[in-house]
Parts: sequence; C-alpha cells; structure tokens
Amino acid sequence: MKQFKGRIVVDGECRAEALVSHGGFNTLASYQMALMFGDKQVKCGDQNNADLYKKSMIGKALCLPQTIGSTTGGMVLFTVCSYNKQPACMLFSKPIDSLAASGAILADVWTENKMPVVDCLGDEFLDYVKDGMSISVGADGVVTVED
Amino acid sequence: MILTPEQQALLNGEQGEIMAKIVKTLVMYGDAFGAERMVPVTSQYGHTVISFGLEVMKPVYDLYDQLIAAGLPEGQKFTADPKPLDKKVPSSLLEDIVFKKIMYTQQERYEEQLRKLGITSDDDYTCTCYLEQVGNLPKKGDVLSWAESSAVVYANSVLGARCNRNSGMIELMGSIAGFVPEFGLLTDEGRKATWVIELRCEKKPEAQLLGSAIGMKVMEEVPYVKGLDKWLGNELSEEACSYLKDFGAATASNGAVGLYHIDGLTPEAKELGESLIAEGAQVYVIDDAELQRVKDAYPIIWKDPDAKPQLAFVGCPHLTLQQLKDWTDKLGDELRKNGRDKVAVPTVFTASTPVIKAFEQTMDAYRLKKYGVVLSYICPLMYMNNPLCKKKAVITCSNKLRTYTSARYYTEDEILHIISGGRV
Repeated sequence: MKQFKGRIVVDGECRAEALVSHGGFNTLASYQMALMFGDKQVKCGDQNNADLYKKSMIGKALCLPQTIGSTTGGMVLFTVCSYNKQPACMLFSKPIDSLAASGAILADVWTENKMPVVDCLGDEFLDYVKDGMSISVGADGVVTVED
Repeated sequence: MILTPEQQALLNGEQGEIMAKIVKTLVMYGDAFGAERMVPVTSQYGHTVISFGLEVMKPVYDLYDQLIAAGLPEGQKFTADPKPLDKKVPSSLLEDIVFKKIMYTQQERYEEQLRKLGITSDDDYTCTCYLEQVGNLPKKGDVLSWAESSAVVYANSVLGARCNRNSGMIELMGSIAGFVPEFGLLTDEGRKATWVIELRCEKKPEAQLLGSAIGMKVMEEVPYVKGLDKWLGNELSEEACSYLKDFGAATASNGAVGLYHIDGLTPEAKELGESLIAEGAQVYVIDDAELQRVKDAYPIIWKDPDAKPQLAFVGCPHLTLQQLKDWTDKLGDELRKNGRDKVAVPTVFTASTPVIKAFEQTMDAYRLKKYGVVLSYICPLMYMNNPLCKKKAVITCSNKLRTYTSARYYTEDEILHIISGGRV
C-alpha cells in the first residue's frame, strides 16, 4: 500500500479499480465512439493510446499525466458526466491542464454526477499504480493505492 | 481568488441561479490554476469552438437552453467555428444518412440557440474569425474569452491579444459574464518562452511541418523561434500572416501551443526581444533533415497505404483570400503542365463565407470552378469525424486534419502535384 498527496480540483471521496494511461489522455478520441454508439462499458476508442485502447473506462479510477487534444475536450468530459458514464475519479500525476479542468468543473457545477479530481500526484504515482489496483480517494486529496 | 463586490454579488445569486453557476464555474476554473482575480474581457467579440449539433452532445444544448431561458443580460457577441455540413462537399448516400439522421441531428436546434445567445451573423462560422473579411479582430493587449486552438494561438502570437487555451462552453461563459480568471497566457510571466527554437534550414520550411515539429517537441510550452524572419521578413505582411496561421494551427494541434514568439516579427518579440526567453529555456535545433524525419514518422493509417486518393482537403484552418488566389494560380499552371482541364482528385478548398463571397467577386472564382474544385465553408475535421471516413483515402496539407483524422499528410507542393494529375 502506498499513499500519495495531491491537490484537490473537484472534491469528493471514492473507491475504485485503477485504469492507467502513461501517455496523455485524448478526451475526444477516447470517448467519441463510445458516446456515438451508446457503448455501456464506455470502452476507450483512442487507437493511439496503447494503455487504454478498447478498455472499459466507466467507474474506474482513471490515472493519467494530463489530457491532450481538441479544445472540445472539456465539453466531451461534461457530456460523459451528464450521461453518468464518467470514471469514478480522475487522478493526474501532473498539474491539471485547462481542458480537463474545464470538463471536470463543468460537470461538478452543472450535473448531479460526482467525479472527484486530484492533480499534482507526481511521476512516482504513475510509476507505481497499475491497472486493477485498488484506489481510494480521501476528502483531503490523499490517494491510497493498494496491490 | 479575490472577487470584486459586483462579481461576489453575481456569485451570491443577485442575477439568479444560472448566472451564479456561470460565475462559480469561472471561479473554480481560476482556482485550478492559481488565479488571484478576474479580469474584464476587453475584445469586441468572443469566439466559440462549438459549431456542431451532435446527437451525442445533447447535454450541452440542454445546458444552453438553461442559459437562454434564464434571460441573462446580453453578453458579448461572438463568432463560431465552421459548420460540419455543406451539401456542396462530395458525400455518399450512406454518409448523408449518417451525417443527417444519426450524427448531426441537433444542428438546427444548436444554430438557433447561437442566434439567441449572440452569434454575430449566420455567415460567421469559421476558425479564421480574425481575418478582416470576418472582422473579429482583437487589438494587442485585449483579453479574450475564446476557444479554438488555432484561433487562440493566432490571436496570442500574431495579434498580441491575451487568451488561455479554453475549452468549449467555458469560453461562452466568459463572454456572458464579461470577465475571465487571470492566469497562464493572460500574465506576463505565462507569456515567457521556455523553449528556444533555432532554425537552420536551407530552404523556407513548410509552415505546417515546422509547426508540427515544434508542437510535438514543446507541447503546451511557449517557443521563441529564431531564424524564421529570414524567410518571412520583419513585417506582418499578408503572406507572413497566412504562413503563421498555418504554422500556429500545427503547433496547437500536434502539441498544445497557445502562444509562440517569432524573433523580429511577432509583436511581443519585436518589442521585448530575447528578454521574453525564460531562464533555463531548452533549445531545439531544426534543420531540413529534422523536418524530413518528423514527416517520415507520421503513421499512415489507411487500410491500403497504396490506395488512390479519393478526396483532397485544402484549408484547415480556413484559407485566406490571398491563399485562395495563390492556390488557383498554382493549380492552373500545374494542370496546364499536365495537359488537364480539371483536377484528377475530387478536391475541396475551404474558407469562411465572407472570404468566399469576396473571392467570388474575382475572376479567379470562375477559374477555380472550371478546374473542378469545390469551394466550401465546411470544417474538414468535422466532415471526417465519423467511422465511414476512416475507410476513405483522404489527403490534405493540413497537419491539424492529419492529427485528428485518418487523412494523410502531404506538403502543399505534393498536394498540388497529386490533384493536378501527377503521380504520387
């Protein structure tokens, strides 16, 4: 078990299974097909993301460095949350980027669905965490990773 | 963040729940980046990246219905990105069904919403809102609430305005509230270059290739480019601005650049010179071989890499009036060389409606039509944003289109050669 202290962007607590992207997470490319075809498992459609491609993202603790890609990224994330198809939480090793922040904040203010977001968890967090590990996010921004 | 009494009153609900939520969104957005205050939006117009009425994005339009129903005080008027549909652009029956019956079912609803929210005109759907024919032209130092990566990087770099790389929806909220959180590219510190790019090319670098190389290297950081004024001169001529438009779009899409400085050319670089370079900035040297390496590394994701091109797109970002004229001249010369009257590959040139209207006043428009080229206001990226297009062999000289779709990149000269009947 290891704990990492980050900065809270959107508050909340949760417990979920880790899903890890070591490269930048392209929000539009990842969600586009799942949204378009109503995929209940919300599988990642980004062929350029070898870590996540074809893996189910719904309800997972999504661990990532930052998001990349189109400036529609924020509205895509907001839409995902509106449909209640969001990850359980988003955990960023780096400071959050403006597009991910926008999406997470829009979801928090304008939808009923909660998705805690913590950033600045450090490179060590992303080195340590692996798919399937158990993650819990505390109200104080402490992320606990268990094997 | 410290709010003024007026901003605090809005947050407290003085103008209703919806305005309070808009301000709360902007406050949280600023808090995420350590902003200490809001600053007024000073440009005349905003610009929104959302130009499409996608079925799957219904929650966005439902939220916009709430904004309209709230009867908010009139905010800043704005332009919008290009539309996703134009019947002039070649498409199959199946594509038409997918576009109209499955994907863009919310298009009419959304365009009506934009009229109510304050779009400047039904003609003003373009990613090049800053061209004089469109007229959304901020002044140096203006604070903007825009989204659209290619427009933001142009406004910051070439016009010297100040805007962060905002997401769709947030930009509209800034336009409605009339203020945005001050952080990142709105601050002097955030506009300092953390990369120095040293150009050592023997020939003028292709704008979209140079932008791609720099974008992929520096990602979201600010580059200071040395040696490009050798090719572009020291004045922001029409030719230089067109080049920088295409260069910037590639830096913003192949990376996440929101601002670049060109030594001896862009306004802040001319004014402040190398004092814009932050201490400890990294250096990236680019020569002809490096550009070739970058180009050769692009993956070809066509099912059949040897497929004959079925469609060519030129104009992402949208072409300027001068670019349209230049392409028409060059295409005419190349067709004559190849003994042809018309293009060999179905070809679409894209530009804003105001630019198209200006172009149609010239004889060049007649010539371009005669060559068989379709001239459209469409967004090629939106057109290709569907599973059917993945099966189509589309070629382009846009590095943005290459990045987000299955379109294959060629330089401008190569595209000209292919569409005029030369061998690939």
